Amino acid sequence: MEAILETRNLTKRFGAFPALSDVNICIGSGRIVGLLGANGSGKTTLIKLANGLLTPTEGEILIGGVKPGTQTKRIVSYLPDRTYFDNWMKVKDCLKLFADFYEDFNIAKAGDMLLALGIDADKPFRSLSKGTKEKVQLVLVMSRSAHLYLLDEPIGGVDPAARDYILNTIIRNYNEEGTVIISTHLIADIEKVLDDVIFLMNGRVERVSSVDAIRAASGKSVDEVFREVIRCEVKF
Amino acid sequence: MLWKFTNDRPIYLQIVEAIQVGIVSGFYPSGSGVPSVRTLALEAEVNPNTMQRALQELESIGLLHTQRTAGRTVTEDREAIEKLREKLAEDHITAFFAGMRSIGIDKDEAVKILSKAAKRADTADAADAADAANVPGIAGDQATATVPKEVN
Repeated sequence: MEAILETRNLTKRFGAFPALSDVNICIGSGRIVGLLGANGSGKTTLIKLANGLLTPTEGEILIGGVKPGTQTKRIVSYLPDRTYFDNWMKVKDCLKLFADFYEDFNIAKAGDMLLALGIDADKPFRSLSKGTKEKVQLVLVMSRSAHLYLLDEPIGGVDPAARDYILNTIIRNYNEEGTVIISTHLIADIEKVLDDVIFLMNGRVERVSSVDAIRAASGKSVDEVFREVIRCEVKF
Repeated sequence: MLWKFTNDRPIYLQIVEAIQVGIVSGFYPSGSGVPSVRTLALEAEVNPNTMQRALQELESIGLLHTQRTAGRTVTEDREAIEKLREKLAEDHITAFFAGMRSIGIDKDEAVKILSKAAKRADTADAADAADAANVPGIAGDQATATVPKEVN
């Protein structure tokens, strides 16, 4: 199994605060992975490191064997946790921007998905609701044929019907070369599409396991196990 | 197929069981082709790797076969399917007795209640029989297994 994302003793400190400490993970191709953790556990920091938006304090992170940079952006499709389109842009302008930026962007596919979600491409981006903005960005990100999709909280702000559609899109897009990493704390909704989960707790990897192994060992859903882990955290 | 999953067990095991019911009930007839991993994964809204694992499991116990060109097919070994039916029936019965025990009814009494209910069902008209098909259990599973596939 060739690793698409690998970290070695990865540590990131903001001042004295350790956002991530000594993280060692290795994610192979063709997996759908949940990056789970409470607020402030380091999920977004890890994803930003993978995108080269942050640089490690110690250790390293490798995407397809190389450090994040221009080369890796070609194969990584990233959904940030906030919107970044300018106010003047219409939805169709966003599509054009992506088509310009990324060779692997499939504009026809994006158009179909917007249609399925009932989003008007002629509308200015700023006039869309928060949830609809998130949908547009997810459509753009999922319409690339990337090797690694990094989705930071893709389902937090959208309605349940759209959530189902998004999960369906992830399954539909699945291919053996593409790995999807989804950071979220809404586990119940997504656990049936996940292969593996990574639990982060206070910047450390608490557990790496397959969803089936957690269910088989505990007789509980990953969501229930996660809640127990978080509860422990509160006690200390 | 109607796909529903519970939280307490691995999903691939639940898929294995659902497809077993599908085979026994004739939803996936003996010798017929099974949809692709991707199609089934979308239908059940699960991870394709999970579906793959379930189908491999069914292959390893001989209920599905891989044809080199035509994908997977249901076994033509009717004896194996019959054995599976018996095993599933056994599971339902075990669950039935366990349920009865949990409300303080022992085996003998449970059998009495069951045969009384069976007699009632015999004399009931067709409308009642249709109602009975909605009761969870063997009849219910067959009823749900024949629901037409959702078009994606």
